[in-house]
Amino acid sequence: MSRDMMPHFELYQPDTVENAIDLAKRIGEGAWIMAGGQDSLDWFKDRAKRPRAVIEITGIQGLSGIRETAEGLEIGALTTLTEIENSALVREKYSLLSTAAGRVASPQIRNIGTLGGNLCQDARCWYYRSGVNCYRAGGNSCYADTPQGLNREHCLFGASRCVAVSPSDMGTASVALDAQMVIRGPDGERVVPAEEFFIGPATDIRRMTVLKPAEILTAVRYPKTWAGAKFYFEKVADRNTWDFALVSVASALRLEGGTIREARVVCGGVECVPRRLKAVEQLLVGSPQSDEVGRLAGTTAVRGATTLNFNHFKVPLMENLVRRAIRDA
Amino acid sequence: MNEFRVAPASGLARAREDEATRYSRREFIKRVIASGAVASAATYIYGGLQGCSRQGPVPGFVERLVSLNVNGETRRVDVLPNETLAMTLRYKLGLTGTKLGCDRAECGACTVLIDDVAYNSCSVLTHSVRTRKVTTIEGIRGPNGELHPVQQAFVEELAPQCGFCTPGQVMSAVALLKRNPKPTRDECRHALSGNLCRCGAYDNYLNGVMRAAAAGAAST
Ligand SMILES: Cc1cc2nc3c(=O)[nH]c(=O)nc-3n(C[C@H](O)[C@H](O)[C@H](O)COP(=O)(O)OP(=O)(O)OC[C@H]3O[C@@H](n4cnc5c(N)ncnc54)[C@H](O)[C@@H]3O)c2cc1C
Ligand code: FES
Ligand code: FES
Repeated sequence: MSRDMMPHFELYQPDTVENAIDLAKRIGEGAWIMAGGQDSLDWFKDRAKRPRAVIEITGIQGLSGIRETAEGLEIGALTTLTEIENSALVREKYSLLSTAAGRVASPQIRNIGTLGGNLCQDARCWYYRSGVNCYRAGGNSCYADTPQGLNREHCLFGASRCVAVSPSDMGTASVALDAQMVIRGPDGERVVPAEEFFIGPATDIRRMTVLKPAEILTAVRYPKTWAGAKFYFEKVADRNTWDFALVSVASALRLEGGTIREARVVCGGVECVPRRLKAVEQLLVGSPQSDEVGRLAGTTAVRGATTLNFNHFKVPLMENLVRRAIRDA
Repeated sequence: MNEFRVAPASGLARAREDEATRYSRREFIKRVIASGAVASAATYIYGGLQGCSRQGPVPGFVERLVSLNVNGETRRVDVLPNETLAMTLRYKLGLTGTKLGCDRAECGACTVLIDDVAYNSCSVLTHSVRTRKVTTIEGIRGPNGELHPVQQAFVEELAPQCGFCTPGQVMSAVALLKRNPKPTRDECRHALSGNLCRCGAYDNYLNGVMRAAAAGAAST
Protein backbone atom coordinates (compact mmCIF):
# COMPACT_ATOMS: atom_id res chain seq x y z
CA MET A 1 0.00 0.00 0.00
CA SER A 2 1.21 3.39 -0.90
CA ARG A 3 2.13 5.90 1.73
CA ASP A 4 2.45 8.88 -0.53
CA MET A 5 0.08 11.78 -0.88
CA MET A 6 -3.43 11.33 -2.11
CA PRO A 7 -4.03 12.84 -5.53
CA HIS A 8 -4.91 16.50 -5.42
CA PHE A 9 -8.43 17.78 -4.82
CA GLU A 10 -9.89 21.13 -3.96
CA LEU A 11 -11.21 21.30 -0.42
CA TYR A 12 -14.27 23.22 0.71
CA GLN A 13 -15.53 23.54 4.26
CA PRO A 14 -18.95 25.16 4.02
CA ASP A 15 -20.67 26.16 7.24
CA THR A 16 -24.29 25.70 6.24
CA VAL A 17 -26.19 22.86 4.61
CA GLU A 18 -27.39 25.30 1.94
CA ASN A 19 -23.81 26.25 1.02
CA ALA A 20 -22.80 22.61 0.88
CA ILE A 21 -25.68 21.69 -1.40
CA ASP A 22 -25.07 24.74 -3.56
CA LEU A 23 -21.38 23.88 -3.92
CA ALA A 24 -22.11 20.23 -4.72
CA LYS A 25 -24.63 21.28 -7.32
CA ARG A 26 -22.33 23.75 -8.99
CA ILE A 27 -19.29 21.47 -9.03
CA GLY A 28 -21.40 18.63 -10.38
CA GLU A 29 -19.93 15.24 -11.06
CA GLY A 30 -16.50 15.84 -9.55
CA ALA A 31 -17.90 16.75 -6.13
CA TRP A 32 -17.56 14.47 -3.11
CA ILE A 33 -19.29 15.10 0.19
CA MET A 34 -17.18 14.07 3.16
CA ALA A 35 -17.93 13.86 6.88
CA GLY A 36 -15.39 12.01 9.07
CA GLY A 37 -13.58 10.72 5.99
CA GLN A 38 -13.09 7.16 7.27
CA ASP A 39 -14.59 5.67 4.15
CA SER A 40 -13.73 8.52 1.77
CA LEU A 41 -9.99 8.88 2.35
CA ASP A 42 -9.30 5.22 1.56
CA TRP A 43 -10.93 5.66 -1.83
CA PHE A 44 -8.74 8.66 -2.57
CA LYS A 45 -5.54 7.04 -1.29
CA ASP A 46 -6.15 3.98 -3.44
CA ARG A 47 -6.95 6.23 -6.40
CA ALA A 48 -10.08 4.24 -6.98
CA LYS A 49 -12.16 7.42 -6.80
CA ARG A 50 -10.74 10.75 -7.80
CA PRO A 51 -13.04 13.63 -6.98
CA ARG A 52 -12.15 17.09 -8.21
CA ALA A 53 -13.50 18.75 -5.09
CA VAL A 54 -14.16 17.49 -1.60
CA ILE A 55 -16.88 19.23 0.37
CA GLU A 56 -16.18 18.59 4.01
CA ILE A 57 -19.37 19.06 5.98
CA THR A 58 -18.18 18.59 9.57
CA GLY A 59 -18.09 22.34 10.16
CA ILE A 60 -21.82 22.71 9.60
CA GLN A 61 -23.55 23.75 12.80
CA GLY A 62 -26.67 21.94 13.96
CA LEU A 63 -26.01 18.62 12.24
CA SER A 64 -24.66 16.87 15.26
CA GLY A 65 -26.10 15.88 18.59
CA ILE A 66 -28.65 13.52 20.08
CA ARG A 67 -32.05 14.94 20.98
CA GLU A 68 -35.17 13.45 22.49
CA THR A 69 -38.24 14.72 20.67
CA ALA A 70 -41.99 14.19 21.03
CA GLU A 71 -41.77 11.48 18.37
CA GLY A 72 -38.69 9.71 19.72
CA LEU A 73 -35.01 10.27 19.17
CA GLU A 74 -33.29 12.45 16.60
CA ILE A 75 -29.59 12.03 15.91
CA GLY A 76 -27.77 14.53 13.71
CA ALA A 77 -25.89 12.99 10.79
CA LEU A 78 -22.56 14.40 12.00
CA THR A 79 -22.83 12.82 15.44
CA THR A 80 -19.85 10.54 15.97
CA LEU A 81 -20.21 6.85 16.66
CA THR A 82 -18.42 7.32 19.99
CA GLU A 83 -21.05 9.85 21.04
CA ILE A 84 -23.78 7.35 20.18
CA GLU A 85 -21.96 4.53 21.93
CA ASN A 86 -21.59 6.56 25.13
CA SER A 87 -24.85 8.52 25.21
CA ALA A 88 -26.78 7.80 28.41
CA LEU A 89 -30.06 8.48 26.62
CA VAL A 90 -29.31 6.08 23.78
CA ARG A 91 -28.06 3.42 26.18
CA GLU A 92 -31.17 3.68 28.29
CA LYS A 93 -33.84 3.64 25.61
CA TYR A 94 -32.30 2.54 22.32
CA SER A 95 -29.43 0.34 23.45
CA LEU A 96 -29.52 -1.46 20.10
CA LEU A 97 -27.94 1.67 18.60
CA SER A 98 -25.26 2.16 21.26
CA THR A 99 -24.32 -1.52 21.10
CA ALA A 100 -24.08 -1.46 17.30
CA ALA A 101 -22.07 1.79 17.35
CA GLY A 102 -19.62 0.23 19.80
CA ARG A 103 -19.01 -2.64 17.41
CA VAL A 104 -17.98 -0.48 14.46
CA ALA A 105 -14.33 -0.43 13.37
CA SER A 106 -11.97 0.76 16.13
CA PRO A 107 -12.08 3.37 18.92
CA GLN A 108 -10.11 5.89 16.84
CA ILE A 109 -12.43 5.43 13.85
CA ARG A 110 -15.53 5.76 16.04
CA ASN A 111 -14.13 8.99 17.48
CA ILE A 112 -14.30 10.63 14.06
CA GLY A 113 -16.64 8.46 11.98
CA THR A 114 -20.15 9.85 11.82
CA LEU A 115 -23.58 8.26 11.83
CA GLY A 116 -24.28 9.77 8.40
CA GLY A 117 -21.00 8.53 6.95
CA ASN A 118 -21.58 5.09 8.35
CA LEU A 119 -25.04 4.88 6.79
CA CYS A 120 -23.92 6.32 3.44
CA GLN A 121 -20.66 4.37 3.13
CA ASP A 122 -19.91 2.48 -0.04
CA ALA A 123 -19.56 -1.28 -0.52
CA ARG A 124 -16.53 -3.09 0.86
CA CYS A 125 -16.11 -5.71 -1.86
CA TRP A 126 -12.35 -5.72 -2.21
CA TYR A 127 -12.40 -6.11 -5.97
CA TYR A 128 -14.50 -2.99 -6.23
CA ARG A 129 -12.39 -1.14 -3.64
CA SER A 130 -9.17 -1.96 -5.40
CA GLY A 131 -10.40 0.03 -8.36
CA VAL A 132 -11.15 -2.71 -10.90
CA ASN A 133 -13.72 -1.93 -13.51
CA CYS A 134 -16.53 -4.10 -12.13
CA TYR A 135 -20.27 -3.59 -12.60
CA ARG A 136 -20.49 -1.32 -9.57
CA ALA A 137 -17.65 0.77 -10.93
CA GLY A 138 -19.43 1.10 -14.28
CA GLY A 139 -17.81 -1.85 -16.05
CA ASN A 140 -19.31 -5.09 -17.28
CA SER A 141 -18.13 -7.94 -15.07
CA CYS A 142 -18.10 -9.10 -11.49
CA TYR A 143 -14.79 -10.40 -10.19
CA ALA A 144 -16.18 -11.85 -6.97
CA ASP A 145 -18.82 -14.09 -8.48
CA THR A 146 -16.48 -16.26 -10.55
CA PRO A 147 -15.18 -19.80 -9.92
CA GLN A 148 -11.92 -18.42 -8.50
CA GLY A 149 -13.39 -15.27 -7.01
CA LEU A 150 -12.72 -14.75 -3.30
CA ASN A 151 -16.26 -14.26 -2.13
CA ARG A 152 -16.23 -15.37 1.47
CA GLU A 153 -17.60 -11.97 2.52
CA HIS A 154 -20.20 -11.71 -0.19
CA CYS A 155 -23.97 -12.07 -0.28
CA LEU A 156 -26.53 -14.81 0.19
CA PHE A 157 -29.49 -12.82 -1.07
CA GLY A 158 -30.40 -10.27 -3.69
CA ALA A 159 -27.46 -10.79 -6.05
CA SER A 160 -27.94 -8.94 -9.28
CA ARG A 161 -24.68 -8.90 -11.21
CA CYS A 162 -23.03 -7.43 -8.07
CA VAL A 163 -22.71 -9.64 -4.96
CA ALA A 164 -21.45 -7.04 -2.46
CA VAL A 165 -23.07 -6.78 0.97
CA SER A 166 -24.18 -3.90 3.16
CA PRO A 167 -21.18 -2.98 5.35
CA SER A 168 -22.95 -0.60 7.72
CA ASP A 169 -23.55 -1.78 11.28
CA MET A 170 -25.65 1.31 11.99
CA GLY A 171 -27.71 0.50 8.89
CA THR A 172 -28.63 -2.90 10.28
CA ALA A 173 -29.63 -1.36 13.63
CA SER A 174 -31.44 1.56 12.01
CA VAL A 175 -33.65 -0.61 9.81
CA ALA A 176 -34.58 -2.68 12.88
CA LEU A 177 -35.69 0.51 14.65
CA ASP A 178 -37.85 1.80 11.77
CA ALA A 179 -35.60 4.84 11.39
CA GLN A 180 -36.55 7.77 9.20
CA MET A 181 -33.80 9.42 7.20
CA VAL A 182 -34.01 13.18 6.83
CA ILE A 183 -32.46 14.28 3.54
CA ARG A 184 -31.90 17.78 2.22
CA GLY A 185 -31.04 18.58 -1.37
CA PRO A 186 -31.45 21.16 -4.11
CA ASP A 187 -35.20 20.46 -4.15
CA GLY A 188 -35.73 20.80 -0.42
CA GLU A 189 -36.24 18.23 2.29
CA ARG A 190 -37.56 14.68 2.08
CA VAL A 191 -37.89 11.95 4.68
CA VAL A 192 -37.28 8.34 3.67
CA PRO A 193 -37.77 5.20 5.79
CA ALA A 194 -34.46 3.41 6.46
CA GLU A 195 -35.73 0.33 4.68
CA GLU A 196 -36.19 2.28 1.44
CA PHE A 197 -33.04 4.35 1.97
CA PHE A 198 -30.76 1.41 1.19
CA ILE A 199 -30.94 0.07 -2.34
CA GLY A 200 -29.63 -3.07 -3.99
CA PRO A 201 -27.92 -3.57 -7.34
CA ALA A 202 -31.19 -4.40 -9.08
CA THR A 203 -32.37 -0.87 -8.31
CA ASP A 204 -29.10 0.94 -9.02
CA ILE A 205 -25.82 -0.90 -9.21
CA ARG A 206 -23.75 2.27 -8.80
CA ARG A 207 -25.28 3.41 -5.51
CA MET A 208 -25.93 1.93 -2.06
CA THR A 209 -28.59 4.46 -1.02
CA VAL A 210 -31.29 6.59 -2.59
CA LEU A 211 -29.18 9.72 -2.09
CA LYS A 212 -28.86 11.72 -5.28
CA PRO A 213 -25.91 13.97 -6.09
CA ALA A 214 -25.88 17.10 -3.92
CA GLU A 215 -28.23 15.55 -1.38
CA ILE A 216 -27.17 15.49 2.26
CA LEU A 217 -28.44 13.28 5.03
CA THR A 218 -29.02 15.73 7.88
CA ALA A 219 -30.50 13.57 10.64
CA VAL A 220 -31.93 10.19 11.48
CA ARG A 221 -35.15 9.88 13.49
CA TYR A 222 -35.87 6.84 15.62
CA PRO A 223 -39.56 6.59 16.52
CA LYS A 224 -40.44 6.10 20.17
CA THR A 225 -42.44 2.97 19.37
CA TRP A 226 -39.23 1.03 19.99
CA ALA A 227 -37.93 2.99 22.98
CA GLY A 228 -37.13 0.62 25.82
CA ALA A 229 -38.03 -2.51 23.84
CA LYS A 230 -36.07 -5.75 24.13
CA PHE A 231 -33.05 -5.62 21.87
CA TYR A 232 -30.31 -7.88 20.62
CA PHE A 233 -27.29 -7.06 18.47
CA GLU A 234 -24.52 -9.42 17.54
CA LYS A 235 -21.86 -9.13 14.90
CA VAL A 236 -19.52 -11.90 13.86
CA ALA A 237 -16.32 -10.71 12.18
CA ASP A 238 -12.84 -12.16 11.74
CA ARG A 239 -11.45 -9.79 14.35
CA ASN A 240 -13.44 -7.83 16.89
CA THR A 241 -11.72 -4.61 15.87
CA TRP A 242 -11.61 -3.14 12.35
CA ASP A 243 -13.35 -5.96 10.58
CA PHE A 244 -16.74 -5.73 8.97
CA ALA A 245 -19.56 -8.10 9.79
CA LEU A 246 -19.49 -11.48 8.10
CA VAL A 247 -23.03 -11.71 9.39
CA SER A 248 -24.68 -9.49 11.98
CA VAL A 249 -28.16 -9.46 13.48
CA ALA A 250 -30.29 -6.80 15.12
CA SER A 251 -33.65 -7.51 16.72
CA ALA A 252 -36.27 -5.46 18.54
CA LEU A 253 -39.11 -7.20 20.33
CA ARG A 254 -42.20 -5.96 22.20
CA LEU A 255 -43.77 -8.50 24.51
CA GLU A 256 -47.04 -8.65 26.39
CA GLY A 257 -47.38 -11.30 29.06
CA GLY A 258 -44.71 -13.51 27.52
CA THR A 259 -46.10 -13.24 24.01
CA ILE A 260 -44.30 -11.35 21.24
CA ARG A 261 -46.58 -8.57 19.98
CA GLU A 262 -44.24 -6.81 17.61
CA ALA A 263 -40.87 -7.72 16.15
CA ARG A 264 -38.13 -6.48 13.86
CA VAL A 265 -35.30 -8.76 12.82
CA VAL A 266 -32.61 -7.54 10.44
CA CYS A 267 -29.36 -9.11 9.22
CA GLY A 268 -26.24 -7.34 7.96
CA GLY A 269 -23.57 -8.87 5.74
CA VAL A 270 -25.95 -11.09 3.79
CA GLU A 271 -27.38 -8.76 1.14
CA CYS A 272 -26.49 -5.46 -0.45
CA VAL A 273 -28.97 -3.80 1.93
CA PRO A 274 -29.64 -4.54 5.59
CA ARG A 275 -31.96 -7.55 5.15
CA ARG A 276 -35.22 -7.20 7.02
CA LEU A 277 -36.64 -10.67 7.74
CA LYS A 278 -40.35 -10.06 7.34
CA ALA A 279 -41.28 -13.76 7.27
CA VAL A 280 -39.52 -14.22 10.59
CA GLU A 281 -41.25 -11.19 12.07
CA GLN A 282 -44.65 -12.55 11.04
CA LEU A 283 -43.94 -15.89 12.58
CA LEU A 284 -42.83 -14.26 15.82
CA VAL A 285 -45.96 -12.22 16.41
CA GLY A 286 -48.20 -14.17 18.76
CA SER A 287 -45.44 -16.62 19.71
CA PRO A 288 -43.64 -16.93 23.03
CA GLN A 289 -40.02 -15.82 23.30
CA SER A 290 -38.37 -19.20 23.48
CA ASP A 291 -35.48 -21.16 22.11
CA GLU A 292 -37.83 -23.26 20.05
CA VAL A 293 -39.34 -20.23 18.39
CA GLY A 294 -35.82 -18.87 17.89
CA ARG A 295 -34.81 -22.07 16.17
CA LEU A 296 -37.80 -21.89 13.85
CA ALA A 297 -36.98 -18.24 13.17
CA GLY A 298 -33.43 -19.22 12.22
CA THR A 299 -34.61 -21.86 9.77
CA THR A 300 -37.04 -19.41 8.25
CA ALA A 301 -34.41 -16.69 8.02
CA VAL A 302 -32.10 -18.57 5.67
CA ARG A 303 -34.77 -19.87 3.32
CA GLY A 304 -33.86 -18.90 -0.24
CA ALA A 305 -30.20 -18.25 0.52
CA THR A 306 -28.00 -18.69 -2.56
CA THR A 307 -24.41 -19.37 -1.70
CA LEU A 308 -21.30 -18.49 -3.65
CA ASN A 309 -18.16 -20.65 -3.73
CA PHE A 310 -16.71 -19.61 -0.40
CA ASN A 311 -19.55 -18.29 1.72
CA HIS A 312 -21.55 -21.40 2.63
CA PHE A 313 -20.57 -20.89 6.25
CA LYS A 314 -22.78 -17.82 6.34
CA VAL A 315 -25.93 -19.92 6.21
CA PRO A 316 -25.59 -21.69 9.58
CA LEU A 317 -24.05 -18.51 10.99
CA MET A 318 -27.10 -16.49 10.04
CA GLU A 319 -29.41 -19.22 11.27
CA ASN A 320 -27.76 -19.29 14.69
CA LEU A 321 -27.54 -15.54 15.03
CA VAL A 322 -31.25 -15.13 14.30
CA ARG A 323 -32.05 -17.85 16.81
CA ARG A 324 -30.08 -16.04 19.49
CA ALA A 325 -31.57 -12.70 18.52
CA ILE A 326 -34.99 -14.08 19.47
CA ARG A 327 -34.05 -16.25 22.43
CA ASP A 328 -31.64 -13.86 24.12
CA ALA A 329 -33.21 -10.46 23.35
CA MET B 1 9.95 21.78 21.67
CA ASN B 2 11.51 19.14 19.53
CA GLU B 3 12.98 21.77 17.28
CA PHE B 4 14.74 20.20 14.39
CA ARG B 5 18.32 21.30 14.28
CA VAL B 6 20.12 21.33 10.99
CA ALA B 7 22.95 19.08 12.11
CA PRO B 8 26.36 20.19 10.87
CA ALA B 9 28.75 17.60 9.54
CA SER B 10 31.41 16.82 12.11
CA GLY B 11 34.52 18.96 11.86
CA LEU B 12 32.78 21.97 10.38
CA ALA B 13 33.49 25.34 11.89
CA ARG B 14 31.75 26.08 15.16
CA ALA B 15 30.42 29.26 13.67
CA ARG B 16 28.39 27.26 11.26
CA GLU B 17 27.03 25.11 14.01
CA ASP B 18 25.92 28.18 15.89
CA GLU B 19 24.15 29.44 12.87
CA ALA B 20 22.54 26.10 12.23
CA THR B 21 21.21 25.72 15.75
CA ARG B 22 19.61 29.12 15.53
CA TYR B 23 17.45 27.86 12.71
CA SER B 24 14.61 25.76 13.93
CA ARG B 25 12.89 23.54 11.44
CA ARG B 26 9.82 25.63 11.94
CA GLU B 27 11.62 28.73 10.85
CA PHE B 28 13.23 26.91 8.01
CA ILE B 29 9.87 25.80 6.75
CA LYS B 30 8.42 29.23 7.25
CA ARG B 31 11.08 30.67 4.98
CA VAL B 32 10.48 28.09 2.32
CA ILE B 33 6.77 28.65 2.50
CA ALA B 34 7.03 32.41 2.35
CA SER B 35 8.75 32.25 -1.00
CA GLY B 36 6.32 30.16 -2.99
CA ALA B 37 3.19 29.19 -1.28
CA VAL B 38 1.40 32.48 -1.22
CA ALA B 39 1.35 32.67 -4.96
CA SER B 40 0.02 29.17 -5.26
CA ALA B 41 -2.55 29.82 -2.57
CA ALA B 42 -3.89 32.56 -4.78
CA THR B 43 -4.45 30.14 -7.62
CA TYR B 44 -6.24 27.90 -5.21
CA ILE B 45 -8.62 30.60 -4.25
CA TYR B 46 -9.23 32.14 -7.62
CA GLY B 47 -8.53 29.18 -9.85
CA GLY B 48 -10.98 26.84 -8.21
CA LEU B 49 -14.46 26.09 -9.44
CA GLN B 50 -13.82 26.59 -13.11
CA GLY B 51 -17.05 26.89 -14.99
CA CYS B 52 -18.86 28.40 -12.05
CA SER B 53 -20.04 31.88 -12.55
CA ARG B 54 -19.33 33.37 -9.14
CA GLN B 55 -16.37 35.74 -9.02
CA GLY B 56 -13.70 35.81 -6.35
CA PRO B 57 -13.31 33.53 -3.35
CA VAL B 58 -15.88 30.80 -2.98
CA PRO B 59 -17.42 30.44 0.48
CA GLY B 60 -15.85 27.60 2.39
CA PHE B 61 -12.71 27.31 0.29
CA VAL B 62 -9.68 26.58 2.47
CA GLU B 63 -6.55 28.74 2.73
CA ARG B 64 -3.32 26.80 2.61
CA LEU B 65 -1.30 28.78 5.14
CA VAL B 66 -2.58 27.81 8.54
CA SER B 67 -1.62 28.09 12.19
CA LEU B 68 -1.75 24.76 13.94
CA ASN B 69 -1.83 24.30 17.68
CA VAL B 70 0.57 21.40 18.18
CA ASN B 71 1.87 20.41 21.60
CA GLY B 72 0.95 23.78 23.02
CA GLU B 73 2.72 25.80 20.35
CA THR B 74 1.35 27.70 17.40
CA ARG B 75 3.04 26.53 14.24
CA ARG B 76 2.57 28.21 10.89
CA VAL B 77 2.62 25.76 8.07
CA ASP B 78 1.60 25.40 4.44
CA VAL B 79 -0.92 22.59 4.23
CA LEU B 80 -2.20 21.10 1.00
CA PRO B 81 -5.93 20.39 0.81
CA ASN B 82 -5.22 16.67 0.35
CA GLU B 83 -2.71 16.41 3.20
CA THR B 84 -3.24 14.15 6.19
CA LEU B 85 -2.30 15.22 9.68
CA ALA B 86 0.33 12.46 9.84
CA MET B 87 2.01 13.94 6.75
CA THR B 88 2.04 17.43 8.23
CA LEU B 89 3.35 16.27 11.58
CA ARG B 90 6.06 14.00 10.26
CA TYR B 91 7.23 15.70 7.11
CA LYS B 92 6.56 19.36 7.73
CA LEU B 93 6.84 19.78 11.48
CA GLY B 94 9.52 17.15 12.05
CA LEU B 95 7.44 15.35 14.66
CA THR B 96 8.44 11.86 13.60
CA GLY B 97 7.46 10.22 16.88
CA THR B 98 4.08 9.68 15.26
CA LYS B 99 4.47 6.54 13.15
CA LEU B 100 2.84 5.56 9.89
CA GLY B 101 2.02 1.87 9.75
CA CYS B 102 -0.80 1.19 7.34
CA ASP B 103 -1.94 4.70 6.33
CA ARG B 104 -5.46 3.21 6.22
CA ALA B 105 -6.88 3.60 9.77
CA GLU B 106 -6.18 -0.06 10.39
CA CYS B 107 -3.31 -0.12 12.90
CA GLY B 108 -3.29 2.91 15.21
CA ALA B 109 0.48 3.52 14.94
CA CYS B 110 -0.30 7.11 13.98
CA THR B 111 -2.57 7.83 16.97
CA VAL B 112 -2.47 11.42 18.23
CA LEU B 113 -4.81 13.39 20.47
CA ILE B 114 -7.09 16.01 19.06
CA ASP B 115 -8.71 17.97 21.86
CA ASP B 116 -7.62 15.07 24.09
CA VAL B 117 -9.41 12.42 22.00
CA ALA B 118 -7.51 9.66 20.14
CA TYR B 119 -7.53 9.91 16.34
CA ASN B 120 -5.64 8.14 13.59
CA SER B 121 -3.62 11.01 12.17
CA CYS B 122 -3.16 9.12 8.89
CA SER B 123 -6.89 9.34 8.29
CA VAL B 124 -7.77 12.92 9.04
CA LEU B 125 -7.06 15.91 6.85
CA THR B 126 -4.93 18.52 8.57
CA HIS B 127 -7.40 21.15 7.41
CA SER B 128 -10.19 19.36 9.27
CA VAL B 129 -8.50 19.94 12.61
CA ARG B 130 -6.67 23.21 12.07
CA THR B 131 -8.63 25.02 14.78
CA ARG B 132 -8.15 22.29 17.33
CA LYS B 133 -5.51 21.23 19.84
CA VAL B 134 -3.17 18.52 18.58
CA THR B 135 -0.98 16.52 20.98
CA THR B 136 1.63 14.09 19.73
CA ILE B 137 3.95 11.73 21.57
CA GLU B 138 6.49 14.59 21.68
CA GLY B 139 4.02 16.72 23.60
CA ILE B 140 3.31 14.58 26.63
CA ARG B 141 6.62 14.78 28.48
CA GLY B 142 6.77 16.59 31.79
CA PRO B 143 8.01 20.16 32.30
CA ASN B 144 11.58 18.95 32.87
CA GLY B 145 11.59 16.52 30.00
CA GLU B 146 10.72 13.51 32.14
CA LEU B 147 8.70 10.64 30.73
CA HIS B 148 4.93 10.73 31.01
CA PRO B 149 3.71 8.27 33.69
CA VAL B 150 2.29 6.05 30.93
CA GLN B 151 5.69 5.93 29.24
CA GLN B 152 7.39 5.28 32.56
CA ALA B 153 4.96 2.46 33.32
CA PHE B 154 5.53 0.96 29.85
CA VAL B 155 9.27 0.96 30.54
CA GLU B 156 8.77 -0.72 33.88
CA GLU B 157 6.46 -3.35 32.43
CA LEU B 158 8.80 -3.96 29.48
CA ALA B 159 5.77 -3.27 27.33
CA PRO B 160 7.25 -2.64 23.90
CA GLN B 161 9.11 -5.21 21.89
CA CYS B 162 10.15 -3.66 18.60
CA GLY B 163 8.54 -0.41 19.71
CA PHE B 164 6.96 0.60 16.42
CA CYS B 165 3.41 0.62 17.77
CA THR B 166 4.45 2.17 21.09
CA PRO B 167 3.80 5.87 20.41
CA GLY B 168 0.27 4.96 19.32
CA GLN B 169 -0.29 2.72 22.33
CA VAL B 170 0.92 5.50 24.61
CA MET B 171 -1.41 8.05 23.04
CA SER B 172 -4.44 5.77 23.29
CA ALA B 173 -3.60 5.09 26.93
CA VAL B 174 -3.14 8.79 27.70
CA ALA B 175 -6.51 9.54 26.09
CA LEU B 176 -8.16 6.82 28.15
CA LEU B 177 -6.69 7.99 31.46
CA LYS B 178 -7.73 11.56 30.76
CA ARG B 179 -11.39 10.58 30.60
CA ASN B 180 -11.27 7.58 32.91
CA PRO B 181 -8.45 7.79 35.48
CA LYS B 182 -9.26 4.44 37.10
CA PRO B 183 -10.17 2.07 34.28
CA THR B 184 -10.74 -1.64 34.65
CA ARG B 185 -8.53 -3.96 32.67
CA ASP B 186 -11.43 -4.55 30.29
CA GLU B 187 -11.90 -0.83 29.76
CA CYS B 188 -8.17 -0.60 28.95
CA ARG B 189 -8.45 -3.43 26.49
CA HIS B 190 -11.41 -1.71 24.81
CA ALA B 191 -9.58 1.65 24.69
CA LEU B 192 -6.41 0.13 23.21
CA SER B 193 -8.23 -2.19 20.82
CA GLY B 194 -7.53 0.20 17.93
CA ASN B 195 -3.78 -0.23 18.30
CA LEU B 196 -2.35 -3.19 16.48
CA CYS B 197 0.92 -4.67 17.78
CA ARG B 198 2.67 -6.92 15.32
CA CYS B 199 4.86 -8.21 18.17
CA GLY B 200 1.80 -9.22 20.15
CA ALA B 201 2.81 -7.37 23.29
CA TYR B 202 -0.78 -6.58 24.16
CA ASP B 203 -0.75 -7.93 27.69
CA ASN B 204 2.40 -6.04 28.56
CA TYR B 205 0.80 -2.82 27.36
CA LEU B 206 -2.31 -3.53 29.43
CA ASN B 207 -0.11 -4.13 32.47
CA GLY B 208 1.52 -0.80 31.75
CA VAL B 209 -1.75 1.11 31.55
CA MET B 210 -2.98 -0.46 34.79
CA ARG B 211 0.29 0.49 36.47
CA ALA B 212 0.09 4.04 35.18
CA ALA B 213 -3.51 4.31 36.40
CA ALA B 214 -2.50 3.04 39.83
CA ALA B 215 0.26 5.65 39.89
CA GLY B 216 -2.26 8.40 39.18
CA ALA B 217 -1.20 9.21 35.64
CA ALA B 218 -4.33 11.21 34.94
CA SER B 219 -3.25 14.08 37.16
CA THR B 220 -0.44 14.94 34.75
C1 LIG C 1 -10.41 0.02 8.99
C2 LIG C 1 -11.87 0.34 8.90
C3 LIG C 1 -12.78 -0.48 9.52
C4 LIG C 1 -14.15 -0.22 9.46
N1 LIG C 1 -15.01 -1.06 10.08
C5 LIG C 1 -16.34 -0.82 10.04
C6 LIG C 1 -17.25 -1.69 10.69
O1 LIG C 1 -16.86 -2.66 11.34
N2 LIG C 1 -18.57 -1.42 10.60
C7 LIG C 1 -19.04 -0.35 9.92
O2 LIG C 1 -20.25 -0.15 9.89
N3 LIG C 1 -18.20 0.47 9.27
C8 LIG C 1 -16.87 0.29 9.34
N4 LIG C 1 -16.01 1.14 8.70
C9 LIG C 1 -16.60 2.10 7.73
C10 LIG C 1 -16.74 3.58 8.00
O3 LIG C 1 -15.59 4.24 7.62
C11 LIG C 1 -17.11 4.04 9.35
O4 LIG C 1 -18.12 3.24 9.81
C12 LIG C 1 -17.50 5.53 9.49
O5 LIG C 1 -18.64 5.66 10.27
C13 LIG C 1 -17.75 6.31 8.26
O6 LIG C 1 -18.14 7.61 8.66
P1 LIG C 1 -17.41 8.91 8.12
O7 LIG C 1 -18.15 10.07 8.66
O8 LIG C 1 -15.98 8.84 8.43
O9 LIG C 1 -17.65 8.71 6.56
P2 LIG C 1 -17.13 9.51 5.29
O10 LIG C 1 -15.94 8.83 4.73
O11 LIG C 1 -17.00 10.96 5.58
O12 LIG C 1 -18.37 9.29 4.32
C14 LIG C 1 -18.69 8.02 3.81
C15 LIG C 1 -19.59 8.17 2.60
O13 LIG C 1 -20.83 8.71 2.97
C16 LIG C 1 -21.07 9.96 2.35
N5 LIG C 1 -21.61 10.84 3.39
C17 LIG C 1 -21.09 11.03 4.63
N6 LIG C 1 -21.90 11.81 5.36
C18 LIG C 1 -22.94 12.12 4.56
C19 LIG C 1 -24.11 12.92 4.75
N7 LIG C 1 -24.38 13.51 5.92
N8 LIG C 1 -24.97 13.03 3.72
C20 LIG C 1 -24.71 12.42 2.52
N9 LIG C 1 -23.63 11.66 2.30
C21 LIG C 1 -22.75 11.52 3.30
C22 LIG C 1 -19.76 10.41 1.77
O14 LIG C 1 -19.98 11.11 0.58
C23 LIG C 1 -19.05 9.10 1.53
O15 LIG C 1 -19.40 8.60 0.28
C24 LIG C 1 -14.62 0.92 8.75
C25 LIG C 1 -13.70 1.75 8.13
C26 LIG C 1 -12.34 1.50 8.20
C27 LIG C 1 -11.39 2.41 7.53
S1 FES D 1 -0.99 4.42 10.10
FE1 FES D 1 -2.78 5.34 10.77
S2 FES D 1 -3.90 3.68 11.50
FE2 FES D 1 -2.19 2.69 10.61
S1 FES E 1 6.01 -3.70 20.01
FE1 FES E 1 6.41 -4.30 17.95
S2 FES E 1 4.57 -3.67 17.00
FE2 FES E 1 4.07 -3.50 19.05
